[in-house]
Amino acid sequence: MTATAGIERIVGRGCVLRGDNIDTDRIIPARFLRCVTFDGLGEHAFEDDRAQAKGDHPFDDERFAGASILIVGHNFGSGSSREHAPQALMRWGFRAFVGGSFAEIFAGNCTALGLPCLTLEEDDLAALMDAVVLSPEHEISIDLEARSVSSRAGVARAGIPDGVQRQLLGGSWNATAVLLEAGDAIEATAARLPYVNGYPR
Amino acid sequence: MSAAGRNLLQKVWDAHTVRELPGGQTQLFIGLHLIHEVTSPQAFAMLREMGLGVRFPSLTFATVDHIIPTTSQRRPLADPLAEEMLVALERSCAESGIPLFDPASGRQGIVHVIGPELGLTQPGMTIACGDSHTATHGAFGAVAFGIGTSQVRDVLATQCLALARPKVRRLDVGGKLSPGVYAKDVILAIIRKLGVKGGVGFAYEYAGAAIDAMTIEERLTVCNMSIEGGARCGYVNPDDTTFDYLRGREHAPEGEAFERARQSWRGIASDPDAAYDDEVEIDGSSLAPSVTWGIHPGQSVAVDECLPVRRDAPLDERAALDEAFAFMGLEPGKPVAGVPIDVAFIGSCTNGRISDLREAARVAKTGRVAPNVRALVVPGSQSVAREARAEGLDEIFRAAGFEWREAGCSMCLAMNPDKLVGREVCASSSNRNFKGRQGSPTGRTLLMSPAMVAAAALAGKVVDVREHL
Repeated sequence: MTATAGIERIVGRGCVLRGDNIDTDRIIPARFLRCVTFDGLGEHAFEDDRAQAKGDHPFDDERFAGASILIVGHNFGSGSSREHAPQALMRWGFRAFVGGSFAEIFAGNCTALGLPCLTLEEDDLAALMDAVVLSPEHEISIDLEARSVSSRAGVARAGIPDGVQRQLLGGSWNATAVLLEAGDAIEATAARLPYVNGYPR
Repeated sequence: MSAAGRNLLQKVWDAHTVRELPGGQTQLFIGLHLIHEVTSPQAFAMLREMGLGVRFPSLTFATVDHIIPTTSQRRPLADPLAEEMLVALERSCAESGIPLFDPASGRQGIVHVIGPELGLTQPGMTIACGDSHTATHGAFGAVAFGIGTSQVRDVLATQCLALARPKVRRLDVGGKLSPGVYAKDVILAIIRKLGVKGGVGFAYEYAGAAIDAMTIEERLTVCNMSIEGGARCGYVNPDDTTFDYLRGREHAPEGEAFERARQSWRGIASDPDAAYDDEVEIDGSSLAPSVTWGIHPGQSVAVDECLPVRRDAPLDERAALDEAFAFMGLEPGKPVAGVPIDVAFIGSCTNGRISDLREAARVAKTGRVAPNVRALVVPGSQSVAREARAEGLDEIFRAAGFEWREAGCSMCLAMNPDKLVGREVCASSSNRNFKGRQGSPTGRTLLMSPAMVAAAALAGKVVDVREHL
């Protein structure tokens, strides 16, 4: 397996998607999960929300076109474990997420794809959202090593769990490769578990 | 002072730790991997690309549930996309030696219904499945996680996951539930109290007199919706109820092995002096039947309450309240009882088990489905369907004007032909009331217990099921 280069910095324009508890059914409606590959999911991101907003949705706002950092509220990605959600957003063009908080399975799925989810304090998040809405053309910079998000609103301290930061910096977010390194320790663990072995005497 | 005892999560976690990974994660062995047609095809494709096989096919089981039509399971499936997914699953299972419980097997059903009923789910296990409702299996005292497709690949290839150990919150539900108040009402009340993100970073240990008194099927309902409260896993300590349920199940140990297993299972339960990261008490005897009125499962009221009003809500929740009222077309401050419905759905991994159908049938027997209401009963598995037919429940439902369907996820998530149309309002025994969840982008969902759904179907509006009992 080839080693993947780590991610230290992500620079790009932002897209502001306000609101809390935006769930994965909204990110990618279930009917688009009737597929055996993730190809083509990008164009359906937020399809129903966008249709109901009749063009007044951040994803249809020309000023945010080409943005690579999605800025969201709290509990983003709640609900289903469908990896189709971050896959769709990645294929739309996003490389990182900055928000108040993220649902756990969604954040884990993002990590598995090499997409960082960073959290900001309330005031910093509000300032970042305002700055990006005011001047969507300016570039935001995420520094994973320093755990910071820089924009016209200033430099904000950002949160990301240690283990996730390490995976992203080290290019080891494809966990399969890391897990395989345990080798026979996997079988040794299985051998210790009574239920794997028919509850032996 | 002696060291505090360990809780179930700590015991199971320690027993399954292969090694600690740098940065605070654990490489955790997964004892049971359940797969289905939606989240596994891409994982198998990645595996092929990496030139890897399935490491422990004997610990992996598959079924088909999300896409399966509930009117006819005949092949080829009418929807070519659904057929393609099922064919992909069949091929992957055949190549890897994974048992597939397909419609022809007589054991097909929703993955979280068949795991328990086949005795695959056992106390002390780690369980993973590419579905957020995997916490359901925690009802047996297992540590069960929902995972994404890349993690399905990880488990297929290594039988392991890289995970951070969650904190544990003990939820003590004391007292006795009143008649007409069900497990569904308990979990909806918990989510209302702690919020939809209150459980992020936690595993929920459900305990207390009300949980102790529950059957396994009721505990499955409670654990099922852990993720709706933000908790990736939730569990109940195993006890005699658990062991009695497992005895004689197809994949449960038999004879002397069962006795040895029981000893092992008892030891897995949290120690009486176990420490917790947080503890919350809830008075079960004060609970009433619940109904969600909004667009996430935390937005619920008791059936005898009125909908919230803006000025009583915390400042940071007002925008969400406005959005929910606008989408639902409901008026703040009005009683939830009396809200008209168009569709009634009884089923899902939350409430599609035999005890759910029995409770709903008790109500269905007392009347007929209101004109203009479309009512569906969808058993959670082929086995549930057989049991229900043997008890004559299908006839009770049909006679009352309900449609009796075949096993599957059905209208819980609309990946199959069962969908809301337009702005229909659905009284639903499922788990999510998200915008568009039931297949129409503007469709509206009111979550409640199966008995409450049946009562709503007869009345054509939200009513208090306690009036029927």
